[in-house]
Amino acid sequence: MSDQIIQMENVNKWFDDFQVLKDINLEVRQKQRIVVCGPSGSGKSTLIRCINRLEEHQKGKIVVDGIELSENTKNIEQVRAEVGMVFQQFNLFPHLSILDNCSLAPIWVKKIPKKQAEEQALKELEKVQILDQAKKFPGQLSGGQQQRAAIARALCMEPKIMLFDEPTSALDPEMIKEVLDAMVNLAKAGMTMIVVTHEMGFAKEVADEVIFMDEGMIVEKAATKEFFANPKSDRTKLFLSQIL
Amino acid sequence: MIKRLNFLGTPSRDKLNLFISIGVFLFVLGIADVILNSFFEINITSILPRLFNYFTPLIFGFIGLHYIRIEFSGNRILDNLNKNINSNWFNAVLSLLIIFVLIQNIPPLLNWLFFDANFVGETKEECTGSGACWIFIKTWFPRFIYGLYPNAEIWRINLTFLMLIALVISGFFVPPKIKKYIIIFLLFIFPFIAINLISGGNFGLEWVETTAWGGLSLTFIISIFALLFCFPIGMFLALGRRSLAPVIRYSSIGFIEFWRGVPLITVLFMASVMMPMFLPDGTYMDKLVRVIIAITLFEAAYMAEVIRGGLQALPRGQYDAGKSLGMGYWRMHLLVILPQALKLVIPGIANTFLALVKDTPLILVVGLLELVGMIDMAKSNPDWLGFATEGYIFAGIVFWIICYSMSRYSQSLERKYKTDR
Ligand SMILES: Nc1ncnc2c1ncn2[C@@H]1O[C@H](COP(=O)(O)OP(=O)(O)OP(=O)(O)O)[C@@H](O)[C@H]1O
Ligand SMILES: [Mg+2]
Repeated sequence: MSDQIIQMENVNKWFDDFQVLKDINLEVRQKQRIVVCGPSGSGKSTLIRCINRLEEHQKGKIVVDGIELSENTKNIEQVRAEVGMVFQQFNLFPHLSILDNCSLAPIWVKKIPKKQAEEQALKELEKVQILDQAKKFPGQLSGGQQQRAAIARALCMEPKIMLFDEPTSALDPEMIKEVLDAMVNLAKAGMTMIVVTHEMGFAKEVADEVIFMDEGMIVEKAATKEFFANPKSDRTKLFLSQIL
Repeated sequence: MIKRLNFLGTPSRDKLNLFISIGVFLFVLGIADVILNSFFEINITSILPRLFNYFTPLIFGFIGLHYIRIEFSGNRILDNLNKNINSNWFNAVLSLLIIFVLIQNIPPLLNWLFFDANFVGETKEECTGSGACWIFIKTWFPRFIYGLYPNAEIWRINLTFLMLIALVISGFFVPPKIKKYIIIFLLFIFPFIAINLISGGNFGLEWVETTAWGGLSLTFIISIFALLFCFPIGMFLALGRRSLAPVIRYSSIGFIEFWRGVPLITVLFMASVMMPMFLPDGTYMDKLVRVIIAITLFEAAYMAEVIRGGLQALPRGQYDAGKSLGMGYWRMHLLVILPQALKLVIPGIANTFLALVKDTPLILVVGLLELVGMIDMAKSNPDWLGFATEGYIFAGIVFWIICYSMSRYSQSLERKYKTDR
């Protein structure tokens, strides 16, 4: 068996008449770390939201860890429990404490006993260095702390894959580093990751491959060193010259 | 004009005592003028021209308040007074007018309610004073509370409500673990006990027709059952209206818009007159049950829209986060969406509940007599004609107490669940 974990074949997606994804082909192997970049509106968020079916694709095939995404809701929930996601806006549950945010899904979705789930949550919170915030509510935390809590929350489900959608772009510069550090540690621990980000320093440090998207297509896909040292397409060159 | 009257100069801290003495003197003079005029028929300003004379209290008070309007006087009480009722001339006039209206109306009101009122006695003839006849309320009190429920069986109603109160109060004091069971008992088991106890018919209890139920206890019975059922129904309707499945969505919309579109009176008439025609032959449904169902569905439609407002206010990110953690529709809604949405609309829910309680007297139109209905009946009793005012004041006070406590409770809930933003 190959160690492929995500497979996208000719994926197309439309919002009404507007085509957001055009013939996307992508394969991700276990423990691979992929960074996705590209201009605003190019379909990066839509691409990774299709992987855990927060968006439906209309054409093509997506297989995650051997489960094909279709109308079948059982499959979808199974995939979602295996794929963690971190959002630009954190999306913590404001009515629950950080600890409850982290233990909620393990208790109710994975049916882990409460005590065990909380122990696990504390462990994950310690890894992202906000153990001392466990009893607080999301509204009482800084942006950087909230995003790290969101990472811990996703990790509590023990996912096989982590998706990040611009995890640092809603943060003040001084908080970006603490979140990126948490992500680097995660990468070192061998997590399969797909990260939409404009933090090219992060890409150079941890990514195996970088994907450049524009107008719903994957324009360029290359090993990290290759991607930065000698980009093939003109659009990639232009984009890199603008953000580097 | 004010400038010229102001021969002492602008009020200031330098001559604080002087200004305060003059100001307070004038203010008191104005008030005294009103009091003497209204209650003792003495007019201390009768030397002045008539038209002017009528406004003297206002003028005295106005100038008085002007003199004591000294910023940063250093006197806490004066500063507070100035800030709250005397910050500028317009506020001063408003404050004065309100004070005058209160002075003129409160004493007569108190006289009617208490000092000239009749409390002792048994019959209408003993109401000799010029004030309210509370004997009326006292004599009819059992009927106002229990309706036409047989006297010998009243202990059953008392027992039911005592149990309810005891359960609710103990709910506040026991640890959360036990509280859970109390709530489950209250919601799912107690209603059956209550109904059996009040209506009787088994366990050797005498059967009491619902037509004999009435008064405040009926108000409570209807309100509690309607509240209990309209909340979950409203919640399902709110979710249904946002469902992606067209069948569910359109039937929810249809249901909500139907019930919101018809007046409650019509609904009650339909429940009491028309619904029996639609029931299959041989089945019988008590009128009270039909009325409770009607009120429940009517209020559920409003509840649905209130809750939908809360659902609408949540950002899409909350749904995304719930889904991305592998939660299905029900888990996501029960654990993530509804707790937040309901918290947001506590004031709206309280509003609907209050409206429901205050709508109950309308059941009068189908012949059920709760508190207001009983008062209506009492006031047209030949032996007790002419005490409608006392009756309605009593009803007003009772309803106000019920509604105000509900409103306070909802405010305390809001504070309790405030965790964020
Ligand atoms: N729910 C939606 N309905 C209609 N159009 C949408 C929807 N979501 C996204 N789009 C459109 O799809 C396109 C791609 O959106 P997407 O969010 O994937 O871009 P992105 O690459 O993530 O951009 P950004 O860097 O700004 O986040 C955009 O043109 C956007 O307007
Ligand atoms: Mg995006």
